[in-house]
Amino acid sequence: MADKIVKATRESFGEALCELAETDKDIVVLDADLSAATKTSIFAKKYPERFVNCGIAEGNMIGVAAGLAAAGKKPVAASFAMFATGRAFEQIRNSVAYPGLNVTIAGSHAGISTGEDGATHQCIEDIGIMRTIPGMTVLNPADHWEMKAATKAALEYEGPVYIRLGRLAVDSFNDPESYSFELGKGITLHEGDDVTVIATGLVVNEARKAVEALESDGIHARLINIHTIKPIDKDIIIKAAKETGKIITVEEHNVIGGLADAVCEVTSQFCPVPVTRIGVNDRFGYSGPAWELLEIFGLTETNIKKVITQVVNS
Amino acid sequence: MEISEIKQLQINATKARMGAIIGTYNAKSGHPGGSLSAADVFTYLYFKEMNVDPQNPHWADRDRFVLSKGHCAPSLYAVLAMKGFFDWDELNSLRHVGAMLQGHPDMKGTPGIDMSTGSLGQGISTACGMALAAKMDNKDYRVYTVLGDGECEEGQVWEAAMFAANQKLDNLLVIVDQNGLQIDGPVEEVGGIEPLDKKFEAFGFKVIKINGHSFEQIELAFNEAKTVKDKPTAILMKTVKGKGVSFMEDQVGWHGKATNDEEYKLAMAELEGQLKELEG
Repeated sequence: MADKIVKATRESFGEALCELAETDKDIVVLDADLSAATKTSIFAKKYPERFVNCGIAEGNMIGVAAGLAAAGKKPVAASFAMFATGRAFEQIRNSVAYPGLNVTIAGSHAGISTGEDGATHQCIEDIGIMRTIPGMTVLNPADHWEMKAATKAALEYEGPVYIRLGRLAVDSFNDPESYSFELGKGITLHEGDDVTVIATGLVVNEARKAVEALESDGIHARLINIHTIKPIDKDIIIKAAKETGKIITVEEHNVIGGLADAVCEVTSQFCPVPVTRIGVNDRFGYSGPAWELLEIFGLTETNIKKVITQVVNS
Repeated sequence: MEISEIKQLQINATKARMGAIIGTYNAKSGHPGGSLSAADVFTYLYFKEMNVDPQNPHWADRDRFVLSKGHCAPSLYAVLAMKGFFDWDELNSLRHVGAMLQGHPDMKGTPGIDMSTGSLGQGISTACGMALAAKMDNKDYRVYTVLGDGECEEGQVWEAAMFAANQKLDNLLVIVDQNGLQIDGPVEEVGGIEPLDKKFEAFGFKVIKINGHSFEQIELAFNEAKTVKDKPTAILMKTVKGKGVSFMEDQVGWHGKATNDEEYKLAMAELEGQLKELEG
């Protein structure tokens, strides 16, 4: 296996844009004065003629992206998840998604791990907001390799895509030699039949560590990585529900509207089983170092292990 | 412009007004007031100004039009039908279930519509995106957008205006239909957008003020806009809401309601009279 890479997915995203733009001349990147943070600055440096800084005006940026797409370009519009999906929700809904335009919206600094900036910048609603828009594809890659593959898939996809980027540098756990990304398909990272843990984004690696550590305690948990929250992989969820009877979801998002709900929408219709939700429990975050906050909010290995043990023994 | 050409534009504009009345009457809803105030500029755009091909509505090098005040679609639909993008009879099923003509413009379903609009303030941004794409591709097509004066209360209009000037989009023409009325009353009472000319100038636009019902003035303004370099142009056109149907003119109540049977007959009779006079 290749060397471990420790990198924030926003950086992997910026690198992927550069690589893809080499062959795809239609790619245009827009930002709203946060390019240094979203890492579209990597693209701006290499392709200044295809980078457009729209200033601090996210609504207009999304509209400009829609117009570019209508004229044949492949625009990527980036900002913090909060402002991209919150401030510009209606522009995404009406100017991009309703006409089904080829716009990729990138929301960086998603989740509690945004850290010190505090609650105003810690977006825990973006997945829910984007998921409710008809025809929107929602991606939440977990590490460097997955982000690179997901960015490629997003730009090759015909139609609007939302992709969630993290601020925090994280370990890449996928093996680039064997990793393969398929839009809308979950990935089983660990086999087991006692319970299924379904995780998305940055916390997938925490869930992986928890599941692997529990093997020595005799707990055999299945772990599924859901990088595509919409359209969700129904088959992998139904199979897991049938074979393990219990599900735990893990996400760095409000427990309302995100992965937990997406999973419950499948199980409640096709195979009702108890679903325990690990996430942000319908509350705002606050300032602090990212890993400390993740620990406090129960999104690290420690709490995930605890919850798995409780669910298996209940 | 020759007098005969002006007369032909006036005939088409009158027909566009009739189309707006027919469409909204059959829909039992819609927005006649603003459809009538903008009918002349829509007519000028499609019959004199823009380089478009009804047989090839997605032609990559065509000029683009974005109706930022999307609710005024009925008279635009009538103009597009006259131009040959689709059949005039589509107006009979405007806003009906399964119809091609939606309550607000739908670029996926209606040939000739370049952008889906309806939520105010958004169209101008998409027009900026199209104009920017032309610049990036070194193409010489132009992008036109019509906004309502009430629409200028939306913050996004000014985000877009700032962007257009900053990007030097001299291929973008922003037209504001200043009919002076919005749903809840006079624009100056409800929102207060004046001085609109000074605002656009301060945002970096070349501003041209005209009477939006004079084809001579529309032509002069559009031609002048083509000579402006490195900045976008705003044409602020004074219009009469409900223009052409006397009982609708300057009446705020006709912003968003359709005619009943009796009003329909009156409105059509008046427009038919105008048409007869122009054609006579």
